[in-house]
Amino acid sequence: MVSEEEVLHIATLADIGIGTGELPPFTRDFNAILDYFAVLDRVPAGEGWKSGIANVLREDEVTPSLPREEVLALSEAEDGYIRAPRVM
Amino acid sequence: MARGETAGDPLNAFITLAEIPPRGPGRLSGITVAVKDNISTRGVETTCGSRILSGYVPPYDAHVVDLIRNEGALIPGKTNMDEFGMGSSTENSGFGPARNPRDPERVTGGSSGGSAAAVASGMARMALGSDTGGSIRCPAAFCGIVGLKPTYGRVSRYGLVAYANSLEQIGPMAANVSDCSLLMEVISRYDPRDSTMKDRPYLPRLNGDIKGMRIGIPAEFFGKGVDPAVTDRVRKAIGVLEGLGAVSVECAMPSMEYALAAYYVTCTSEASSNLARFDGVRYGPSPDIRKPWHEAFQEMRMQHFGPEVRRRILIGTFALSAGYYGKYYGKAQVARQHVREDYARLFREVDLLAGPTMPTVAWKIGAKSDPLSMYLADILTVPANLAGVPAVSVPCGSVEELPVGLQLTGRPFEDEQVMNAAFAYEQAVKA
Repeated sequence: MVSEEEVLHIATLADIGIGTGELPPFTRDFNAILDYFAVLDRVPAGEGWKSGIANVLREDEVTPSLPREEVLALSEAEDGYIRAPRVM
Repeated sequence: MARGETAGDPLNAFITLAEIPPRGPGRLSGITVAVKDNISTRGVETTCGSRILSGYVPPYDAHVVDLIRNEGALIPGKTNMDEFGMGSSTENSGFGPARNPRDPERVTGGSSGGSAAAVASGMARMALGSDTGGSIRCPAAFCGIVGLKPTYGRVSRYGLVAYANSLEQIGPMAANVSDCSLLMEVISRYDPRDSTMKDRPYLPRLNGDIKGMRIGIPAEFFGKGVDPAVTDRVRKAIGVLEGLGAVSVECAMPSMEYALAAYYVTCTSEASSNLARFDGVRYGPSPDIRKPWHEAFQEMRMQHFGPEVRRRILIGTFALSAGYYGKYYGKAQVARQHVREDYARLFREVDLLAGPTMPTVAWKIGAKSDPLSMYLADILTVPANLAGVPAVSVPCGSVEELPVGLQLTGRPFEDEQVMNAAFAYEQAVKA
C-alpha cells in the first residue's frame, strides 16, 4: 500500500502538483493500479529487453535551424531571451 | 478555425478545423487526410488534446505531414484525441470527447478517436493516427474502419509529440484496406531525423492471395474478459480466411498474462520523462515567473494537465524511483522480452496471428469511471507495441449494430503481408 503522504511526495518530485481534495482518489486509484502490477512478480526470470538502438552522430556542422522569430514568439521573450521563473 | 461541437463537426472529431493546402500533385491529389493533433503542422495549432498546448503553433511540419502534402493531400484539420494519447476512448481530451458516428452516445475508442470518427463519418477520406498501445487499432475497430500500426521503425516519428518513444508509431487509417495501404506507402519514406527509422519503404502487395498462409489463433485472445459475442464474430471472420485457403493453427501466448502490466509500467515511465518538457517556458501557458521554479512549474502543470496525464506521470515517476525500479521497470522489461520471444517463436510456425482487436464493442460515454478498467481494454492491442510488430484492425461485422475489428499481426517489416490478408478478407465479405 502506498500512503497519501507518499503520493504527495512523488507528485512533488514529478512537479505535477496535487490538490488536497485530489489526494484520496489519486491514492486509491494509484493503489489499485499497483495491485494490478503485482502480476509482474510472476514473470519468469530472464534478461530484460534492450532496444539495441545506438546513438546516431553527425559532423558538428551548422545546418538550417528553426526560424528564430517564430520560436521566440511562442514564449515570453524579452530582448531575444526567453523568460523563466527564478531557479535560485 | 473552429473548435468543439460546432455546426460542421457534430461528432467533435476535430480540435482545429483548418484547410492546409497540398504542395504538389501526387498520389493523394484530391484526397483529404485528417491529421491527429499530436502530429506537428507548421502554422496550425497542435495541442495533443491538452490545454497545456493550447495556442501552441509549431514552427515546423512533421515528416509525415511533409510527405502527404507533397503527394497532393489536403488536410482538413487536426483531430481530437485523448490528452497526449493517454486513453482508449478520446474521453480524456482537454477539448471534450469525440462521438462515435455509429452511435453518438458511445465513445470512438482512442486515443486516435477523432481521426477514426472523421473517416467513418466521411469528413475525411483518410487520416493519420498514432499507436502507442492500440491507439490506431482501437478506434478503427470501434468506428468500423481500417487502421494499421506499422512495424516500429517504418514511419518517421519526426514531428510526433513524444509520449512513449519505444512503443509509438504513426500509422494510416481509412475506410478500406486499399486507401489505408496507399497512405502507408506515402508515409513510409525514409527520414534520417528519426534515428530509430529503417530505410524499408512499404511496397503494397494487395492481390488477395492467401492460399496456404498459416494463421495462428492464440487462445489468450479469446479468453477471460473478451465478450463472447465479439469472439464469435472474429471466429467467423477467421472462417472466411480459411475459406480463402488459409490454414488456422491453435496456439498459445503465455506472456499475455503480464503484457498489459509491462506495457503500463513502460509507457508511464517514458511519459514521466517525456512530459517534463511541458514547463510553459518555451511554449504553452506561461508559469508565474515571479515565483520559484518548482512552485511555478507545479502550479501551471496542475492547472493545465488533465487527471489521467498527471496520474501517468505519477505512476512512471514511482516506477523509476530508487527502491522500486527493479520491482517495476526492471521486471516490465523482462516481461517485454518474453512477449517478443513469444512472437518470435509463433512466427516460426505461422505467418500471421489473428484475434479480436478489442475485447468489447464501443462503450457508452462515461461508462468506465475508474482508470484501471480503461487500461484493461487495451489487453489485446499492447503486445504488438511491446514487440514492435505490425498489426491491422479490419472491420468484421457487428454486435448489436456496433462494429467489431479483426486484428491481424505479422512479422516485423511484413506490414505488406498483414495488409494483404486484411484485403483478402475485406474483398471476400464485400462480394
